[in-house]
Amino acid sequence: MKMRRGLTWAVGLMAALILMAGFSPAQAAPVKQKNLILATTTSTQDTGLLDVIIPIFEKKTKYFVKTIAVGSGAAMAMGKKGEADVLLVHSPAAEKKRMEEGYGVNRRLVMHNDFVILGPASDPAGIKGMKSATEAFKKIAAAGSLFMTRADKSGTHAKEMGIWKAAGLDPEGQKWYQQTGLGMGATLGVAAEKKGYTLSDRGTYLAMKKNLGLNILSEGDGVLLNIYHVIEVNPAKWPKVNAPGGKAFADFMVSKQVQKIIKTFGVDKYGSPLFFPDAGKKVEDLGK
Amino acid sequence: MDLILEGLKQAFYLLVTFDPEVMGITWLSLRISGTATFFSLFFGISVGTVVALTEFPGRRIVVSLINTGMGLPPVVAGLIVTIFLWRNGPLGFLEILYTPTAMIIAQALIAAPIVTGISLASIQQLPRNLRLQILALGANRLQMVWILIKEAKLPLLAAVMAGFGGVISEVGASIMVGGNIKGYSRVLTTATVMETGKGNFEIALALGFILLLLAFIINAVLTQVQQRQRPR
Amino acid sequence: MTTDAPILSVSDLFVKRGGVPVLDLPAFSIRKGEMVGLIGPNGAGKSTLLLALACLIKRERGRILFHGQVVSTRRETFAYRRRIAVVFQEPLLFDTTVYANVASGLDIRHLDRQEIGERVTRRLDQFGIDHLRNRSARKLSGGEAQRTSLARAFAIDPEIVFLDEPFSSLDPPTREGLLEDLHRILKETGTAAVMATHDRLEALRLSERMAVMRDGEVVQIGPADAIIHHPTDEFVASFVGMETILTGRVSGCGVGTIRVDLGVGELEAVGEARPGEAVRCCIRPENVTLQLPAAREETSARNLFPARVEKIQPLGLFHRVLLDCGFPLTAYVTSQAVSDLNLREGAGVQAAFKATAVHVIRHEK
Repeated sequence: MKMRRGLTWAVGLMAALILMAGFSPAQAAPVKQKNLILATTTSTQDTGLLDVIIPIFEKKTKYFVKTIAVGSGAAMAMGKKGEADVLLVHSPAAEKKRMEEGYGVNRRLVMHNDFVILGPASDPAGIKGMKSATEAFKKIAAAGSLFMTRADKSGTHAKEMGIWKAAGLDPEGQKWYQQTGLGMGATLGVAAEKKGYTLSDRGTYLAMKKNLGLNILSEGDGVLLNIYHVIEVNPAKWPKVNAPGGKAFADFMVSKQVQKIIKTFGVDKYGSPLFFPDAGKKVEDLGK
Repeated sequence: MDLILEGLKQAFYLLVTFDPEVMGITWLSLRISGTATFFSLFFGISVGTVVALTEFPGRRIVVSLINTGMGLPPVVAGLIVTIFLWRNGPLGFLEILYTPTAMIIAQALIAAPIVTGISLASIQQLPRNLRLQILALGANRLQMVWILIKEAKLPLLAAVMAGFGGVISEVGASIMVGGNIKGYSRVLTTATVMETGKGNFEIALALGFILLLLAFIINAVLTQVQQRQRPR
Repeated sequence: MTTDAPILSVSDLFVKRGGVPVLDLPAFSIRKGEMVGLIGPNGAGKSTLLLALACLIKRERGRILFHGQVVSTRRETFAYRRRIAVVFQEPLLFDTTVYANVASGLDIRHLDRQEIGERVTRRLDQFGIDHLRNRSARKLSGGEAQRTSLARAFAIDPEIVFLDEPFSSLDPPTREGLLEDLHRILKETGTAAVMATHDRLEALRLSERMAVMRDGEVVQIGPADAIIHHPTDEFVASFVGMETILTGRVSGCGVGTIRVDLGVGELEAVGEARPGEAVRCCIRPENVTLQLPAAREETSARNLFPARVEKIQPLGLFHRVLLDCGFPLTAYVTSQAVSDLNLREGAGVQAAFKATAVHVIRHEK
């Protein structure tokens, strides 16, 4: 008898909780506010930079920014379909194509960071200190050392494929070339676990360095630059796009205030900044 | 191994100190899945009961559909909802893609067949003559249905719990239609995937642990409820 | 006048299930307070008839009049159902207390709490289950559950109660008790009842009128005595327990008696028939007595035959003895008799039965 009473209470409480949860006043989800859909990459979001910048933007402009973090490829596909208002991506070759096709307007340089080639401390392929990324890759291939790739059409993946191509190699299908299909952070975890080489953006590496056990073995090559642009989706192609919002955000990204934030972002936590602000510069001048 | 232990320690810390972000995510999960289950409850029990009690042409097909729907991969539901809610899709003008509302819709779509299917089975497995007995006592159709539902309240409760359990642990559709936006549409499952992808294992573990706890509680209640089934 | 008119009368009742005809009944009626027993083998259509009479299943054709009013539209059916009750073989109780179960019919009718309380208590008392009023229905024995089901049915003060083999899943002592109580309460309340059963003794105890069913039709209907002792065909005869059925031709007539030639012997029976007519003779085993072969006991039995014991089947208190007198004959004897007569397979005896024990079925109706 007692058991049944207690049970009824438990069930009733549970049901009440669920119902209550379903009907409590909506969170600060502004329905009447103008929505802005920002398509960007997982690596950008993972650094946490946007978590700092976007609240400032929202406060200033009263837009509600929906940050959809997917791979570069997917982000640009969203732009192509008019499902996003503004893009923040770092895959220059693909971006140029989109611009040519007319899907984006006002492509502006925002910042850059760079990629680094990581590997185990033992460095079986002997690439430590090499200045040329393509040469380093050639050496890894020759040694048949384990290499982890994201293989997910992300900006990082695109960069990596570019280097293999430049080195005249096609590692696809080779035993030592393993595809994780994961995000950057997870891929680093796998590389560390299996003591393999991989290509990563510096930002993610710095964020995870502490627990990892991978070292930077090659850096600085111009080809390893990772350049971020902000692109507004073309309202002429997609009238439903929030053009003024997109423009406002893009302007915001290249504004002095934000560029300053970018400059110092990450210093207190990792000892060096994760990004380098580049608004107004020319691409050719970068990295010098 | 150290990583896991370190992660567990962090997870415990986050839970015990009621870390606001983690608590916010949990509350949102309960809200969204709770609402979705609430709606699917009404749909599921009524449709399930009607189909169980009525003979109509094509009934077999409807029952097949319901059973198929129970096995509907959640990501497929997410895909369908996304396509409808895209800006350029038929319901794009509603502008509810990447909102908790869209998540509720997708989850309701996932939970409804589960609740319907189990309700259907629950009503069907009542003794065949019970319906006639209730009518013989002078009940009108509405009273009869209500009494039958009361008689099947234990398995029907299981149906609701199954629906809730299914959607609170769902991740594919939730990411697709919700966008995993911080503080807005980020729930336990989507946050766990993201944090794991970032390599933040301690947070991922904390979230995973809460999910497990919720699943455990639901299952415990469900088991207790089932054990009370009459031996008649 | 009004007490003689039937409260329920049915004509041309035809029911199909899955496209197959399962019930075909030209006429049927029940008077106030009357008790009718429905007997027949499984699949005869007893349950179907009950459910059709209660208007719980769809009928293909058929006119049902309740107190002279037609019951046909949904509203009429609903109003009719509120004045009758049905009890099934399974108790079909609700998952709640005995009290709540018995009150359920009254709850459905939205009566006020006090009245419900009075009526429920009265029925709980009547059926002897008041001490169980707060017990969960899940925790009742078979007999207690069926009593609850009965109390629930009677609580609404029905004018007719339809019972579908209500006691067949209970053990004999429980069955006994319930049968007694039901009979008493039916008489007290003046409620009419139609009860289906495959136990003819049970039907006999309770019924004033009996209907024998086979394959969806009522083969014979009439006062219980008539059915039991004067079945109109061999199906009914065997169903009511006349285990010996013999075919023969009438060889001679006397005053109120006839002689029937079986080919292997001659019988004397009570009745009227024409010479040469083909008839069937039915004899209840209870009416056959056995004697030792050489005995010349005083017996008024006109029929006395030497017989050989083919088989002896113990039936508890009685034994069924299958005899060969040239024709097959079945007798019931007590265990005492079995030992007194030294009955065993192959033994010789004399079998005797009166002319009045032979029931004649003439083939022309």
